[in-house]
Amino acid sequence: MESIRVLLKSIPNYEALPAFLKALIPLLVSSVIILVLVLVLALFLVWLERKVSAHMQDRLGPMYVGGWHGWAQTIADGLKLLLKEDIVPAAADKVLFKMAPMIVFIASFASFVVIPFGVSSIVSDLNIGILYIVAVTSLSVVGIIMAGWASNNKYALYGGMRGAAQIVSYEIPAALAIMTIVVQVGSLSMQDIVNAQKGGIQHWFIFRNPFDFIAFFVYFICSLAEVNRTPFDIPECESELVAGYHTEYTGFRFALFFLAEYANMFVVASIATTLFLGGWSQVLPLQHQLIPGPVLFTLKALLLVFLQMWLRWSLPRLRVDQLMYMCWKVMIPIGFVILLGVGCLSVYWK
Amino acid sequence: MVQYFKDIGRGVATTLQSMWVTLPHLFRPNNGYTIQYPTVKWNLPERARSRLFNKIEDCIGCGQCARVCPTDCIDIQTEKRGKDEPEIFASDGTAIKLRTYVFDIDMTLCCYCALCTFPCPTHCLVMTKEYEYSVYDKKDHVYHFAVDKPLYTKPAKEPHTLKA
Repeated sequence: MESIRVLLKSIPNYEALPAFLKALIPLLVSSVIILVLVLVLALFLVWLERKVSAHMQDRLGPMYVGGWHGWAQTIADGLKLLLKEDIVPAAADKVLFKMAPMIVFIASFASFVVIPFGVSSIVSDLNIGILYIVAVTSLSVVGIIMAGWASNNKYALYGGMRGAAQIVSYEIPAALAIMTIVVQVGSLSMQDIVNAQKGGIQHWFIFRNPFDFIAFFVYFICSLAEVNRTPFDIPECESELVAGYHTEYTGFRFALFFLAEYANMFVVASIATTLFLGGWSQVLPLQHQLIPGPVLFTLKALLLVFLQMWLRWSLPRLRVDQLMYMCWKVMIPIGFVILLGVGCLSVYWK
Repeated sequence: MVQYFKDIGRGVATTLQSMWVTLPHLFRPNNGYTIQYPTVKWNLPERARSRLFNKIEDCIGCGQCARVCPTDCIDIQTEKRGKDEPEIFASDGTAIKLRTYVFDIDMTLCCYCALCTFPCPTHCLVMTKEYEYSVYDKKDHVYHFAVDKPLYTKPAKEPHTLKA
């Protein structure tokens, strides 16, 4: 945001603009940048997922569109989705039905505000950054329930209910894992969390102490559940619920759900990167940053995204009771133990 | 309590095990099983049976193929050539006594058994390896091989069309 302001100042006569425009333009510019980033990321991740899944299943995946290994396949698919008829079921609750995909998309879009891509590449370094993320990502539950309810379809409703139950449950251990880091940093700001891990791989929180190491996996597993990825994709499990909460959606609205899903994957991966893998800080303990921060950050986050895909194509889907068992009887006790452990460490081991 | 920790340990172990199974596949894409069809094609076996082809210049109009066909997909109509017409021969020397003015094969009916190719005395009816012949209109699957027009007879019935 600051760098955008500086850039805008270099435009002649920018200072002569009215005050409200001067406040508005940087916001618009940064939101357009994020929007483009989200779209490009989602398109890339969909392509990557198709390739990874294909290779893991001894297939080739998309190979034609665009020439090199079908890189333009998702662009073509996206254009196709935009051209599809926009169907609103006759029995649906029209207003809620139309609002739901937007809420889901906005929830994942808004999380990008506080993601620290680099030293100055962050839209807004809120002093409650991580709390904001926890709040905003759980907003998508509202959209999912809304979609499930408004569709007036039993499969969609089941999907929405399951999604709500799952996401609300897994928020707790995820928040506990996040808390372990907040306790050690003493700040909720994303940049402060990254700054606390500067100076090479041994300063990353994941390698600081055994509790943080476990906390990373607790957060990673819970984030999988929060973005409805296999093995926790019971809200949209194809074999039981057609497509879950977005069964009735077509065209652009479906595309919004799809985009939000893949953008969310990146969001949770980048939160995990920020909290545990040192964010944009470099791997080796060197004086100068060899790889630019945003590039390094994206690489780390993409590594985690790949891990999500890898898990998806390795594990079968959990049953609902297994899912709840895992959350309430495994993740939450572990979460409390690591929080307690980290608390003791940071009090007695200053 | 012991069982609880055993379960967690087993969960972690089996997850890692399954990831270990899928990882090698990522780096050897599909072991060369998939063929990129329109650009790369299978080498068909030597005696692959696909679309029928009749070399009409060699056909003597005997109709044995039509008789043997289990699905009646071949329609042949012939007439005797006139006494005054010059003698013509098939490429293996068989005299052609009949003028074949209809030789239609309906490939939508063909069952690719190749029974028709065996009785053919001049070996003019063969199965080719051409297997990509989809068309927009079903009528285009009726292949008309005859080139001559009848001199003496009027066609007894309409040329072979689809039996709808």
